[in-house]
Formats: sequence, C-alpha cells, structure tokens
Amino acid sequence: MELVCPAGTPASLHAAVAAGADVVYCGFRDATNARNFPGLNFSRAELRDAVKHAHKHGVHVYLACNTYPQAGAEEIWHKAVDDAVAIGVDAIILADIGLLRYARDHHPDARLHLSVQASASNEEAIRFYHQEFGVRRVVLPRVLSLDEIRTLNQRIQVETEVFAFGGMCVMAEGRCSLSSYATGESPNMNGVCSPAAHVHYEERGDTTVSRLGNFTINIYDSDEKVGYPTLCKGRFRAMDKSGYLFEEPTSLDVSAMLPELADAGVSALKIEGRQRGKAYISQVVGAFRTSLDKIAEGQRDARSKLSTLSEGQSDTTGAYRRSWQ
Amino acid sequence: MKRSRLVMGPVLFHWDEDRKKDFYNRIADETDVDTVHVGEVVCAKRMPFFDKHLPDVIERLQRSGKEVVLSTLALVMNEREVNQIRDIAQMPDIMIEANDISVVRLLAGQPHMIGPYINTYNEGTLSYFAEKGAKRVALPWELPMSSIAALCGAQTAAEIEVQVFGRMPLAISARCYSARAQGLHKDGCRYVCGDHLDGMDVETLDDTPFLAVNGLQTLSSHYVEMSDNIAQMQNAGVTAFRLSPHSLDMTRVSDLYRQVLARKTDPEELRLRLKEMRFPMEFANGFLHEAPGAEFRQTRARRAE
Repeated sequence: MELVCPAGTPASLHAAVAAGADVVYCGFRDATNARNFPGLNFSRAELRDAVKHAHKHGVHVYLACNTYPQAGAEEIWHKAVDDAVAIGVDAIILADIGLLRYARDHHPDARLHLSVQASASNEEAIRFYHQEFGVRRVVLPRVLSLDEIRTLNQRIQVETEVFAFGGMCVMAEGRCSLSSYATGESPNMNGVCSPAAHVHYEERGDTTVSRLGNFTINIYDSDEKVGYPTLCKGRFRAMDKSGYLFEEPTSLDVSAMLPELADAGVSALKIEGRQRGKAYISQVVGAFRTSLDKIAEGQRDARSKLSTLSEGQSDTTGAYRRSWQ
Repeated sequence: MKRSRLVMGPVLFHWDEDRKKDFYNRIADETDVDTVHVGEVVCAKRMPFFDKHLPDVIERLQRSGKEVVLSTLALVMNEREVNQIRDIAQMPDIMIEANDISVVRLLAGQPHMIGPYINTYNEGTLSYFAEKGAKRVALPWELPMSSIAALCGAQTAAEIEVQVFGRMPLAISARCYSARAQGLHKDGCRYVCGDHLDGMDVETLDDTPFLAVNGLQTLSSHYVEMSDNIAQMQNAGVTAFRLSPHSLDMTRVSDLYRQVLARKTDPEELRLRLKEMRFPMEFANGFLHEAPGAEFRQTRARRAE
C-alpha cells in the first residue's frame, strides 16, 4: 500500500520525504483546498521547488484542489488546476463535478483522483466518476466498514485510498454544513471546519467554556483538559442527558488494521494533518513506514505506538468497525 | 409574473404509517402545492415501513393534479442500498430526485431532478447536470444569494429550486445519533428516531437550542424562513420553492407561502402566523447573507401589494 502523507509547508514536505512517504499531498495558499488555514499551504513557486525535491527522492506529489468552486468565481479553481499541471504534480485531487469536467477537457493526460470531499461511498458513484471523468483513484469517505470496502474493491476498476491516521470526520465528508451553520465558513466553500477565527474560550466560575461562533461547544470542569471546539466533537444535551452526542474528542488510528486493509484491496493509506508541524509529520510517517515495511516482509502484527500523538486522549478505528455505527 | 412552483419536500422524519398517509392525503386534497416528494431520504432501514403504501399515495397525489417526485437516499453505503436505488431508477412514470451521485449515473439521459444533497455549487456543475437531463436542481442549503443568482444567470435548461421553510439538513453520517443517544447501535436501533416527530432537540450545555438529530441526519434547530428574500429570488430566476414537512399543519404553512409567493401576504405576517402554530420557533436565513446559517437577518419588510 502506498503511503500518502500531508504537508502544509515546504518544511513538512521535506520531513515527510525524509521519513519515508511514497507520496506527499499539499494545496495552494487559497480557498481551493480543504485546509485553507492561515500560514499554511504552498505558493506556486514553493510547489515547483517541492515537486523538484520530492521527485529527486523518488516521491510523488499530489495537489488537493478539493473545495467547491464558488459560483461566479470558477476561474480561481480552473487556474489552480492549470498551474498544478504546468508544475508537474503527479495527480490532482478534485471533488467538484464542474471542475472535474474542466480538468478532463483541458488536461486529458492529467491523473485525477477523487477527493474524500466528493463522498463517493458506493460502486455506482465511483463508476460515475471513472466513466465520466477518467478518475483513477477514489479517496473513500470515512463512512464505510472494512467489509464494505472489501466488497467495493471487488466491483470497481479504480484504486481506493483510505484515511489511516489523524483527525476524523464523523459525518460524510463534503456533505456537512455544521461549521457554516455556526460560523458562516464551511469545508465545501471555504476549506475550513470550525475555524480558529470563530473560536473563543471563556472562564465561567470554575469552568472553562469553549465556543464556536455564538454556540457553546463544551464546558470543562477545572480538572478536565480543555480541547479545541470542533463542532461534532462537542458536548451537548439531548433528552435531559449531556454528553458527546456525535463523537468523543478522539482521532482515527488504523495502524492495528493494516494487514486487513491490504487484504481488502486498498491501494493507498492517507495520513490526515496538513495543519500539523514537521515533528509530528516525521513521527507519524516514520511509524507508518516501519509498519508497512514489516507487512511487506510478511509480518501480521505491525502495530506501532502512535497514540501519544492523537488529538484527544483516545483513538478509534471509526466506521471501519461496524460496531462504531 | 409566471406562477412559482410550490414544492412539498420529502418527509425526513420516521413518522408512523398512519401519520404519513394522513399527511399525504391532506396535501393531495387540501393544498395548492404543485409538486410533492415521496420516498425515504435518510435511512434505508425505514424503507420497508412505508414502501407498501407508496403506490396508493402516489396515485392519489397524481389524481389530485400534483406532480409527484420520488426522492432517493442521500447516503448509499452498501450493496443492498445500491440495489434499492437501481430498482428506483427503473421505476416507470415517475420523476426521480437523485440525492446521491450514484443515482445520477443511473438516470443519465432521462428526465430527472438533482436534489439538495448533491453539491451543485457553481455554473460548471449545474451545466453538467442540465446536459445529462436534469429538469430541476434543488440547491444545497449553504449557498448565499450571490451564488443562487449566479446559478440562475447561467441560463441552463434546468429550473432552480430553493428550500424556503423547515429545519435544514446539515450533515449525514454512517452512525445513527438517535440510537447512540439511547446507548444503542444502528444495527439494533429499535427505530428510536421515530420518537421525535421533528427530530430530537439538541441544546448546548448552556441551554441554547442548536441542532436536531434525525437518525443518521443532523438538522438545524432553527427553521429556515426565507420569505424576506422570496421576491428577490423570483426576480433572479428561482422558479421552485420547497417547504420541508414538519409535524405542524403543513396545509396551513403551504397556504401562507403561496400567499407570499403571490405577494399577497408580507413576510412579517407569515412569521406571526407560523409562531401562532408553533412556539417557540426560531427562524434562520443566515446562509443567504453569507453569515452563520443559524442567524436571521431581517430584510426591510415589503408591503403586500
């Protein structure tokens, strides 16, 4: 399985290459990609240098252009695709149908991957993107179980890539407006979720309140660790009970399932976290590299110790295990 | 001005069979809506309950002069669900609304609708769908007025539809949050989503209404209410206006919106009437104004003509 690693800065890209990534993915410094955070991402010149460096070390670079172009401003996204092709990235990761058609029509030889933001969760949807736009690989939404992925891979002609480690959407990606409901900014339109500019912390008596826009996402007692208010990982009240209604502040870690994913026909593993620093990238990429090499040698238990790097105190295998649903 | 199309969207909640039949009968007999959506959008597990009544419901609606549209599931995840949508795509004599891309492939070349769960954000995507046979495209909830106007301005063959009333679907998941709230899993859910006619209310820990959970779906707590901008949308070229069904008297709600569409009732009056029917009812239209979707921005009241 190919190891696809994030880079939000040139320094992170160098770290990922050095730590054993097969592929590094990144985005341009604007709203065309789903990690549109301040101080993150690549200028055109930086991407050109990054591709040169990666290729010299036998590593591929994918460009994520995976938000949904705004009506009336599609040329910004068209330009991103044109520039990525001119710079010579190895694949472009897209979600929007209009943009996929643009890429196919204008750059027939470009290798196109379908972003998780397109939420293609079944064989007919994947067949659609393959037949219509020649998509060669699909990043699967984090809604499918391992059995469903195995069945899917037997029925489709394109490669599949799955999320292996890092932040985890509990909702189907590309179909979630929770963030914009509270803040006006969404993954689809702005490339952000629960953006920091809308986050506030307040002290109320002995408690700390984390807020997103005008809504309280969590209230922490003095003995609790205060976390970032990602909307779907908040504590809310329903039917007179309070708790983590959607998901605990946990993150995804499938390092214990790698042999099963390989057996299920998965082509590539994706590490989430273009917003992470280079030390984190080095550690996670290095650990997955070691595990994948062990599996390639025929070892079954290739688990590595990564839990200290997780977002919360715990980690999960998410929808890959049916019991999560 | 051409008469706007008034649309009753699909019932999103797991109402029991009698309530649902009664709802459709009243829509057929007592309302002026032009189009009625049937079909299960949220959870495949609910389908067996009402599928047996669908032929009768469809026939009754059609006989009363309504266009009937069958809406498909928004999230199709396994072989069984793929087979269900294949069956639906082959149904004769009924318009299908695709809510997942899988259905778009199956319907290509025949008249169909694109639902609001499909990401139509720009002219390129809209043109693609129109060329493939989409007659009407219902836009996603988070689009601002500037995008709605730009999409209308693209002048494709597809009509443009916008939801103007009801809680907004904000997310869909593989996980069932109605079940999870009661310590259950999706596979053994006991259909607890049916306990809440308009979704399970979710509040923040400091008691602010926030969301509503409906099985796999998460909706806004606030009700979209866009009548302040209906005339603007009509002028921009929006031709169809969707009401999303709730447990209050939807025949009355549809009458009120028909009046606003015909510019015979002003929005203030409509909101007063809605609050008489259900209190408290918080309104939202923030997405239109590029603001947080939960906000309500009042546009200066327009006097009825």
